[in-house]
This record gives sequence, C-alpha cells and structure tokens, in this order.
Amino acid sequence: MADHSHTGPPSDPELRIKALESLLVEKGLIDPAAVDEIIETYEHRIGPRNGAKVVARAWTDPAYKARLMQDATAAIAELGFSGAQGEDMVVVENTPEVHNVVVCTLCSCYPWPTLGLPPVWYKSAPYRARLVSDPRGVLAEFGLAIPDQTEVRVWDSNAELRYLVLPMRPAGTEGWSEERLAACVTRDAMIGTAIASPPP
Amino acid sequence: MNGIHDLGGMHGFGPIRPEPNEPVFHHDWERRVFGVMMAAFGGGQYNVDQFRHAIERMGAPDYLASSYYEHWLHAMERLFQERGTISRAELDNKWAELSKGTA
Repeated sequence: MADHSHTGPPSDPELRIKALESLLVEKGLIDPAAVDEIIETYEHRIGPRNGAKVVARAWTDPAYKARLMQDATAAIAELGFSGAQGEDMVVVENTPEVHNVVVCTLCSCYPWPTLGLPPVWYKSAPYRARLVSDPRGVLAEFGLAIPDQTEVRVWDSNAELRYLVLPMRPAGTEGWSEERLAACVTRDAMIGTAIASPPP
Repeated sequence: MNGIHDLGGMHGFGPIRPEPNEPVFHHDWERRVFGVMMAAFGGGQYNVDQFRHAIERMGAPDYLASSYYEHWLHAMERLFQERGTISRAELDNKWAELSKGTA
C-alpha cells in the first residue's frame, strides 16, 4: 500500500470510485440502494422530453407562457418538474429579432429537471471557451446560420441561475396538439444551438 | 477565484465535437461517480459551492487532461480527506485491496 502514498491516486477511475463508494458505505454515509435510485432517475426518467413539454405548453397557452416568462421556476413546477439544479430558472425567448444560446463557462451548470444531464460537448473546453467570444461561429459549427440582423444573446449559467431557451414555434404547426408540438423540440433547441422544427 | 476553470474567451481548444445519440453515461464508473456524489451531497457531506471549489482547485494540467466525471472523482476524494471523513491511508489500503482483486 505504501507504493501509493507519495504518488497520486491510481489512474483507473473505475477502481477509485469503487474504493470511495465502498469506504462511504462501510462508514454508513451513503446507501448503495440510494445511489442506484439516483442513477436510474437521471439516466431514464429526467431528460429533455420534460423541457419539450414546457415549451409546447408555452406555445399553445398564452397565460402559461406569461407565467413562464414571469416566474419560470414556478411555471415549470406546475408541470411537475423541479428539484436539483432547477431551483432558480429563467426562460429566454427566441424571436425573429433575438436568438438566445446558453453556456456555463465556469463548469457545467444546466437545468437538470427540464433537460436532464448535459452532453459532453456542453461541459467541454471548446464550447465553454468559444461561445462567449464567437457565438455566431459556434452556432455555424452546429449548422445554425443566424441572420445578420438577428441579435445573438449568450447567457452564462451559474450555480444560482439556470437558463432554458424558449425556441420559436415552427411555421406550419397551427392547430397541432401539445404532444405533436413537443416532438419538434430537441435538447439543442432549448440550449439554443438548434431551432425547433417538425421531426423528419 | 481566477483559475483554469474560467475558460470563457480562451483560444486554442479546437472544434466542438457533438456526439450523435449520446448516452447519458459513457462508462459504468461514470454512473457510480454521479450516484455517489449525489447521495453524499443529499446526505449533507458537502454543499454545491464546496464541491465546485474542490474542482476549481485542481491543477491546470490535471484539469485539462481529465474528463468531467474525473473532476468529480477528484473533488470527492479531496473533500472527504480534507474533512477527515476518509484518510489517505484508508484510500491507499482500499486501492491496494481492490487492485489485487481481493475485495
């Protein structure tokens, strides 16, 4: 065991998390069943389908949209979505004049209850570094060309405040049900690196 | 605190590489890191600011060379040792035990 003492931890993260979990369980500080339940919840029950329901409701119910823009946390909770990393939500609305896009330059802040856990690119250095200095270039990399006359607003999330983009409702979807509209709303459309469009 | 985590505006990180149909976790150990971090957080072992601060105190080369869930792993190992919850000797012993496959 002394061979580890003056070097760093082992390079294998699988071994390290096994060691940590095992020590915490031995000390009675965590319950492995609770760990399993947390993983199950975030891997299978929470994800961008939640946020898509919020967007579809806002598109079809003007009173709901007004509440969402006024107090996003409360309006999102009306649909049953709340909890860690969604305690203080702000919704920013895309219009023909303004396109919004969200980043967390410092780490990975992201609205878990509405979008689930963030993708690797959102947490990685290239996106975090470059969105704030070259937003149009980054959006072009995602295949999104924002017209010159449209203002691009970049929102830097933090531990206290999480942003959700309300995309523009696609043309030609008049009279569609909320469920059908929700299918137009992708994770990236709610980050702002895509727009909403009817599924192919 | 100024540090390597404050990436906004830095040059030289190359293209963004979105992964089509990306899974929530890429390895089982990432699942366990996430679950253990959240369970310990829920149990009041640290708050979100302490956890982030532990990540932000990583050395710059380590920070850039390691993945997101490795940052989390580093932060937990550090916080539990700093708070006296787990000693380095306990970690050393457990690492040795597990790497011999005798666990």
